[in-house]
Amino acid sequence: MRILTYIRQVLDAEESVHITNNAVALENSKLVMDTMDEYGVEEALRLRESGIEAEIVAVAVGPARVQDALRTALAMGADRAIHVETDIRLDAIALSKVLAKLATQEEATLIFSGGQQADWDSHALAAATAERLHWPQVTWTSALELSGTTLTGKHDADDGSESFTLELPAVVTTQQGLNEPRYPTLPNIMKSKKKEMRKESLEQFDVAPKLKFISAEIQVKNRINKILDGKDVPAAAAQLVDLLRNEARVIA
Amino acid sequence: MILIVVEYTSGKVSKSTWEMVTAARELAQQKGGDPSITALVLGSGIAPIAAEIARAVDQVLVADLPALAQYDAELWSAAVAQIATEGEASIVLIGGSRSGREYSPRVAIKLDAPLLEDVISLKASGDTITAQHYTYLARVTETIEATAAIAVVTIKPGVFNPASPRTESAEQFDVDLNLPTPRLKVTGKTAERSSRVSLTEAEIVVSGGRGVGSAEGFTQYVEALADQLGAAVGATRAIVDAGWRPYSEQVGQTGKTVQPKTYIAIGISGAVQHLSGMNKSKTIVAINRDAEAPIFKIADYGIVGDVTQLVPAILTELKK
Repeated sequence: MRILTYIRQVLDAEESVHITNNAVALENSKLVMDTMDEYGVEEALRLRESGIEAEIVAVAVGPARVQDALRTALAMGADRAIHVETDIRLDAIALSKVLAKLATQEEATLIFSGGQQADWDSHALAAATAERLHWPQVTWTSALELSGTTLTGKHDADDGSESFTLELPAVVTTQQGLNEPRYPTLPNIMKSKKKEMRKESLEQFDVAPKLKFISAEIQVKNRINKILDGKDVPAAAAQLVDLLRNEARVIA
Repeated sequence: MILIVVEYTSGKVSKSTWEMVTAARELAQQKGGDPSITALVLGSGIAPIAAEIARAVDQVLVADLPALAQYDAELWSAAVAQIATEGEASIVLIGGSRSGREYSPRVAIKLDAPLLEDVISLKASGDTITAQHYTYLARVTETIEATAAIAVVTIKPGVFNPASPRTESAEQFDVDLNLPTPRLKVTGKTAERSSRVSLTEAEIVVSGGRGVGSAEGFTQYVEALADQLGAAVGATRAIVDAGWRPYSEQVGQTGKTVQPKTYIAIGISGAVQHLSGMNKSKTIVAINRDAEAPIFKIADYGIVGDVTQLVPAILTELKK
């Protein structure tokens, strides 16, 4: 079988966000593979290590720099990578067209993608891709096993978690708790440099985004910031309760 | 028409639905064409839900079918897309719940429509819809726009004011649906504990982090304070990973996003991944030993000190 793992390159969560020209500026910031996508690469590797014969293909869409994130996936153990190069920011619905076409071309039967994108906070890519392929999807997976063409596992739903079974082909979204992504070892980093990185242009995918990104701003809420010293415990407790009752009026 | 897909829980229309009604009423005023508001109720044994929402909209469409007893992304998206097409909807409003954000992309693709995700504000003018939503783990507010005959929008819970019901009820109609057979088979469920108010709907949330010391400390300080205030309980990723609390209580990037009137952080230092799940709360209160903890930078009120002494003292004060 062939597994596609979709990789995104995002700002490291510990970096601060800067806005220039109405958009988030990423220059001079540390960029990493989206943590949510790391769980997908790791899960694909684990399925293979459990004895399933699988080729693992990491896919990314974006400017030349996203190849760094693909290299990380290759160093973790993915077999090859496909980079669809574009400087245009695509919304999840537009992007799903690229991913669905690649899945068809590559004859993949399983796609992994992170549950939420750490930059656009979107959840939509997996279900949108599944819809285009007429596949089912399972989101927010926290445990997964594959036996033959049957996936079983656990995932989070609105009001708790559910156990499920699902026949391939399918799209699966990954999250914290599914596994512990491995760190690439030095020998594997060296090996990954020889692995195939195929470049594709966006044109062949015939993508027409319907969403326009107008502006971005950092809205800092002004906080009252009354921080008390808690050395005198009863006095601090009494003062805090008084502030919450009579100034903020948030408790009875 | 503007179509609202009704969210409900335990036999009652959810607060998120009343918030969608507000969004729909605002849109109806701004938009030309047919500004009527239609609610779609999907499920099995949902007559009380349909009757309740009838007091908020112009028309209620009801699909009360055994096949819809359980939510499924393929079922829900097929039903919503069919109704939106037949009713020539211009905007489809879907709740920003886990399920809403899961099936809405399928609806958008079926309708060849743009998807505006998890919006916090909405404006419509003719066929153009402009919205704001959060990006970068809720650190950035972005404005997005789409011009289309039909758009699919998910509404972030807890942002719009919930609408009030009217006295008169709109007419209800049963609808016929062509439904696919769901392929995801649910074989078991673990419900979240529901003894307290739900985390995403609560007016007050009390959350705990490593600073509470242990699972017992969480019960002693965080749960006790939550119970005293009638609040929901939240937790940081660190203590969920440590097994002190269930994942369902996790607030942050990989857990739930909450926006209560008051958020009380006990023994939480304030990692970016946690802040992204609660930094839009109206009033933030922090109690932590470390004066340099990032949580104090976004706090309205706080005490630097020992949680194990301060929380019992606060409880005593509240009971006075």
